[in-house]
Amino acid sequence: MELISAKQLRDKIAARQTSSVEATKAVFARIAKIEPIVGAYISTFEEQAIPRAAEIDKRIAGGEKLGQLAGVPVAVKDNMCTTFGTTTCASKILANFHAPYNATVVEKLLAADAVIIGKTNLDEFAMGSSTENSGLKQTVNPWDTKRVPGGSSGGSTAAVAAGLCYAALGSDTGGSIRQPASLCGVVGLKPTYGRVSRYGLVAYGSSLDQIGPITQTVEDCALMLNVIAGHDTADSTSVDEKIAPVCDYLAKLDEPVKGLRIGIASSFNAGADEQVRKAIDEAIQTYKKLGGTIVEIDMPHLDYAIAAYYMVATAEASSNLARYDGVHYGHRTRKPNDYIEVYTKSRAEGFGKEVKRRIMLGTYALSSGYYDAYYLKALKVRNLIRGDFVKAFEKCDCIMMPVAPTTAFKIGEKVDDPLKMYLSDIYTIAANLAGIPGISIPCGFDEKNLPIGLQILSPAFSEEKLLRIAQMYEKQTDWHNRKPKMGVETQLKIQFNG
Amino acid sequence: MAKVDYKVLVGLEIHVQLYTRTKMFCGCELAFGAEPNSRVCPVCLGMPGSLPVMNKQAVEFSILAGLALNCQIADFTKWDRKGYYYPDLPKNYQISQYDLPLALNGYIEIPLKDGSFKRIRITRAHLEEDAGKNLHTAGNFSQVDLNRAGTPLLEIVTEPDMNSAAEVRTLAEELQRIVRYLGVSEADMQKGHMRFEPNINLIIEENGKQFRTPIVEVKNLNSFRALENSINYEIVRQSDQFENSRIELEMGNKSTRGWDDAKEVTVLQREKEEAHDYRYFPDPDLVPVRVNEQWLNEIKSRLCELPFSKRIRYTTEYGLSNYDVGVLTAERATANFFEATIAAGGEPKRVCNILTQIGLKLANARGCAITELGPKAADIAQLAQMAQTSEISATAANTILEEMVNTGKGPRELAEQLNLIQKSDAGELEAIVDEVLKNNSQAVADFKEGGKKSGKARGFLLGQVMQKTKGTANPKIAGEILDKKLA
Repeated sequence: MELISAKQLRDKIAARQTSSVEATKAVFARIAKIEPIVGAYISTFEEQAIPRAAEIDKRIAGGEKLGQLAGVPVAVKDNMCTTFGTTTCASKILANFHAPYNATVVEKLLAADAVIIGKTNLDEFAMGSSTENSGLKQTVNPWDTKRVPGGSSGGSTAAVAAGLCYAALGSDTGGSIRQPASLCGVVGLKPTYGRVSRYGLVAYGSSLDQIGPITQTVEDCALMLNVIAGHDTADSTSVDEKIAPVCDYLAKLDEPVKGLRIGIASSFNAGADEQVRKAIDEAIQTYKKLGGTIVEIDMPHLDYAIAAYYMVATAEASSNLARYDGVHYGHRTRKPNDYIEVYTKSRAEGFGKEVKRRIMLGTYALSSGYYDAYYLKALKVRNLIRGDFVKAFEKCDCIMMPVAPTTAFKIGEKVDDPLKMYLSDIYTIAANLAGIPGISIPCGFDEKNLPIGLQILSPAFSEEKLLRIAQMYEKQTDWHNRKPKMGVETQLKIQFNG
Repeated sequence: MAKVDYKVLVGLEIHVQLYTRTKMFCGCELAFGAEPNSRVCPVCLGMPGSLPVMNKQAVEFSILAGLALNCQIADFTKWDRKGYYYPDLPKNYQISQYDLPLALNGYIEIPLKDGSFKRIRITRAHLEEDAGKNLHTAGNFSQVDLNRAGTPLLEIVTEPDMNSAAEVRTLAEELQRIVRYLGVSEADMQKGHMRFEPNINLIIEENGKQFRTPIVEVKNLNSFRALENSINYEIVRQSDQFENSRIELEMGNKSTRGWDDAKEVTVLQREKEEAHDYRYFPDPDLVPVRVNEQWLNEIKSRLCELPFSKRIRYTTEYGLSNYDVGVLTAERATANFFEATIAAGGEPKRVCNILTQIGLKLANARGCAITELGPKAADIAQLAQMAQTSEISATAANTILEEMVNTGKGPRELAEQLNLIQKSDAGELEAIVDEVLKNNSQAVADFKEGGKKSGKARGFLLGQVMQKTKGTANPKIAGEILDKKLA
């Protein structure tokens, strides 16, 4: 039996062709075998998950109408708060932190009757592009275990790619869903800023952070978005549904977008590897065959995106991470001489190198005398980039480009060169600065059999159309059905009733 | 000996705790004296992932206060993070308003002893969240109570327009009245609802030359007494210091001092103003606030007549004394009750006397507001009318009010029951006068003798009449009858 999609599993569980318990047990059996190699999870909840699955099965048997993800085993990135287990952000400073509340998205998953089976690894506080910055463990790419899964949601993308869950949540501040989705050959959506509540997502760059689904298929992505999208009174930046209504993203998913205009800028591909460029070109050819037309667009300020991003994100991070001080919760240094040392030593011991680097950068950017030159300037650039997109979308329905300039790189290859690492996000960052949605879908493999992702960006709150555009391609191609070789022999065996 | 003169300059920062139901950015109820860390939630604890949501009532209260302080209300304002590390600050930043405060450029008129007013300019008023409290009672460890963390505070900053400790105290008291009138703060000093930080320095004039002493900020004063005393202390200390050191005000030599309540002295906390870098930036978790015309008008409609206007009106319309006006306007409830009594037909001066001489005394003794004594404004108005028409005496009015409070009965019923209706019936009084004259022939003789003794004798005889009637005789009518009989 092939690993089926989350939606397929849900339908089978609902039709009582299989049960949530069987599916959950099968996932844990697979985790037992493969997880020691992949290292996708920081924590798993087998003891709680099986009884929950059993309860869901019982309710289904009782004829109860259940939520959209009834019985489906899913994973959550470990920077979203859960009352069960720990919420570590892959940081030593929160290694033993037990959150007193559930993130809104976690509440929504539970309300949709999903079975949360574990919390996935990430770059510490979501700062990184390879998950190598995790302070707790290493996650590898299921397609090549010597390579990184991308980041920062590398645990979630690796888990989905390796069949260690049916779907997962990630968070995307500068590409942290899309880039690892691309490197792991799965689907990853960063919704519009404000579409999904951030309440309970441990903040990195508050004005950029957005939670989104990481799935095997575009259809699963729509299903997951159905569950997590919507206004939340606990998040002032989540958007009023009267202004931007949430819709059923599955309802018209199979309707192709007629007269699709695809925006392309010649400069986009410039920095990408040849094989990546080739795959993107071929994907665009496929869209042309489906009736799409190409529109040349101009994005004059995109060159400044990385610079602006690293000012805005680090400035916000320096403030957001001030609370980890050893006073109220989290790691506290053992023998401080005074309260100042509680701060300095706890933070020095608790934070990793990259987090410290970004805190320093952000603190500097916000310091008096530098604020105008750095932070304020970055905000101005951000507005210009936003304007570039508004203008571009007057001429096209979506913009296509690579997700990442390369396929998965080797573990350790870029760790000593932060600037090179930062460039991994060159294509993804602009969407966060502009607040628009972006999706990464599998569009090919390089000669090393490493997956390549196509990135599609669309106007704010046009997720419904974006998913339909992605679905058009997925239906024409088979990339999403390819699974990494590892563990083929242990592919999920699901027994069907009757 | 050099001719030395000095002028005091004081500007004030005041933190006023708003009387909202819940905290500034979360749903926790405000509570004083609750078990430490019992009124907290992930948001005010600064837990990872938690997000603030603005308390609209706090914004409206601030706008209301801003309007009462004659400020311009910003049509666009935002929230900023003020970063500094301190154990009582859970997020290590405070959500405040930096460059776009909710209210700007206002003034407050403070009443001076002579009945005139002085205008003190208000620089700005902005809204922010309070920090928690560090407790140092657990030996080697300090503890943090975060019940107060997230409480809405309105920070009001004045220009250095006050020239004496007494003026500063008057401003503080007037501000307390204003926020209480508006109902935006309980302004209970004991509970720390108002905290003051005066900035003080002197302009010393010596042989026609002016010198400015370095500015001193006294931190965290929470009583009017401490406020006034610390300023008076600083005036002397700065004057002495200048005499000894000749140090003048310059950039960066502002210092911070604390007030030692027991020793009644200010104590140096920080010599030089440290170059604080709070790294302010707009809080990305909160959306900016737009105050449109409609909202502002709706809030404006909730404004009430403030003590300043009432004082002027009571003086000009009712001719009341400065003292009485001060007493009646001290609390909004008292002023409202006074006005309701007038509206019910009480003569203002008479009502004023009844309320200030006995009403407030009774209320104080019972530890309640005058409105809570029991008698309604209409009852007091009737009582005042009875006194006004001499149906009862002024003394009887006080007695009756006390009984009204005790028994809950009406003024007329009590006047009759206590036999306090003045006897104005000439026939009845004439018989009593006759009897008094008959029994006191010596006094009558003294009266007839004339001179000094005459007046005394008349007083004695009238006193006898009042005694016989147990004080119920109308003294005016009884006097007339007496004079007629003696003539």
